[in-house]
Amino acid sequence: MNYSQILEVASCTDPGMVRAHNEDSIASDPANGLMVLADGMGGYNAGEVASGMATTVITTEIQQLLTKVQPFEIDEETKQAVAGRMIREQVLKANTSIYQAAQSQPQYAGMGTTLVVCLFYDNRMTVGHLGDSRLYMLREGKFSQVTRDHSLLQEQIDSGIITAEQAKHAQHKNLVTRALGIDPAVEPEIKEYATKPGDVYLLCSDGLCDMVDDEDMGMTLQALGGNLKLAAQQLVQMANDNGGKDNVSVILVRVLREYPAPRGVMGRVFAWLK
Amino acid sequence: MAKLILSMDGLVLKEIPLSKERTTIGRKAHNDIQIDNLAVSGEHAVIVTILNDSFMEDLGSTNGTLVNGNPVKKHFLQNNDVIELGKYKLKFIQEAGAQPAAAAADFEKTMVLRPSAMKAAAEQARAAGGTGAQAAQAARQAALQAVGTAAQVAGISEKPAAPAAPAPAAEPAAPAAAPRPAQPLGAIQLLSGGNAGKELELAKPLTTLGKPGVQVAVLTRRPQGYFITHVEGAQRPTVNGQVIGSAPHALKDHDLVEIAGIKMEFFLKS
Repeated sequence: MNYSQILEVASCTDPGMVRAHNEDSIASDPANGLMVLADGMGGYNAGEVASGMATTVITTEIQQLLTKVQPFEIDEETKQAVAGRMIREQVLKANTSIYQAAQSQPQYAGMGTTLVVCLFYDNRMTVGHLGDSRLYMLREGKFSQVTRDHSLLQEQIDSGIITAEQAKHAQHKNLVTRALGIDPAVEPEIKEYATKPGDVYLLCSDGLCDMVDDEDMGMTLQALGGNLKLAAQQLVQMANDNGGKDNVSVILVRVLREYPAPRGVMGRVFAWLK
Repeated sequence: MAKLILSMDGLVLKEIPLSKERTTIGRKAHNDIQIDNLAVSGEHAVIVTILNDSFMEDLGSTNGTLVNGNPVKKHFLQNNDVIELGKYKLKFIQEAGAQPAAAAADFEKTMVLRPSAMKAAAEQARAAGGTGAQAAQAARQAALQAVGTAAQVAGISEKPAAPAAPAPAAEPAAPAAAPRPAQPLGAIQLLSGGNAGKELELAKPLTTLGKPGVQVAVLTRRPQGYFITHVEGAQRPTVNGQVIGSAPHALKDHDLVEIAGIKMEFFLKS
């Protein structure tokens, strides 16, 4: 099934106003309904190596798998859509690659990356994430955050040490508790969500959400929803206008219509005709 | 680097740079700052310094510690704070300069917090908190607080967590978004159509104009001024009779704009 007529995708990445390097990496494959965004960390250019490895490994491996198996098929072991397992295994593969590179090459020591991956299929999507790169959703005029950061701040909010209001002014927004490539083992958070035609999804690195209020992001998506490319550029521009202290990356995805999985012979033929 | 100035009865005795992560204050000789006075406990207080932030913690002293005249257990030190131990005063001086900017840059960098650091902190807190049903929960909370400060120092290394200093989270930091510089407020006045004569203030970061599905343009408010950008529709807006391209077009005071057949004037309010 080709999703390029179903999903409208626009993306934009920018080093920001302060940093010389762009350590973010983004990849989108609308035909396969796959989007990956990674925000690397580590000295010199190690951050961009880590994020680049993450996006490349995950997209190419998932593209390979998609030629053999459909994401909506039910996995024998987990009794759930195979997409979840697909993402999890490829994230682990990317983790191993980055970890080994970091171990074997001194200039890459300590590199890692945060990650958010979306795979769309059968009126649903599976989202995997690690760290503080986020997924937001605009549905029927309501803008909300889908993923929950793996960060010290989020844990402090959850355990009631600080309020969400205090968190806005916290000093350690930058401490993530999970990331790709730091340890030999990692556990990505993977969840499945139903999508609706008209939904707009925003994948972004912390360079956007630290600089621009959720309210302004939501307003931009609503105002410029008619032109996703412009909306993506506008979001990056707002982050830069507010100081642009970090690299800024966004991927916007709009669901144009229903896309149920083709089932049975007739379904397949119908899908093929489309 | 921050420093403390030790004085008694207005007489400056000593200047102590806060070069260490932990600077201890007390009567006994092993303290970094020894104050040989019976009103001062053996181990009276400690200053934990993490990057450019310093926290004062009273170590259960007999006579307590005052900061700016108020008894405190834990305190996030700010420039010119005065710590009092008995008759002795310690003035906290944070040297201004390029440091805050450097610190800010440090905080922007994403760093990973390793579970090992979390565990170390939890164990430390557990050891300190003793046993009991609430110990685990307390340890968890303490770990979160301790790691907050520890990780700022330890970064991605496996350095054991620093002792439980107050969570910096509660302290105000620089707001994420720099305040928008003062700029004149723009507005548009409609010159044709059903609402001719109406005025619309452009206070929001972006305002869309036009008819969805026909022609839409967006006016963005930026530090550099106002810009108009074409969003959708076959026809593009015009500014002073000129059709604009796909790039944002800067608006000047009294520019005439036409969107979806409606003429309007952009102007800056003083």
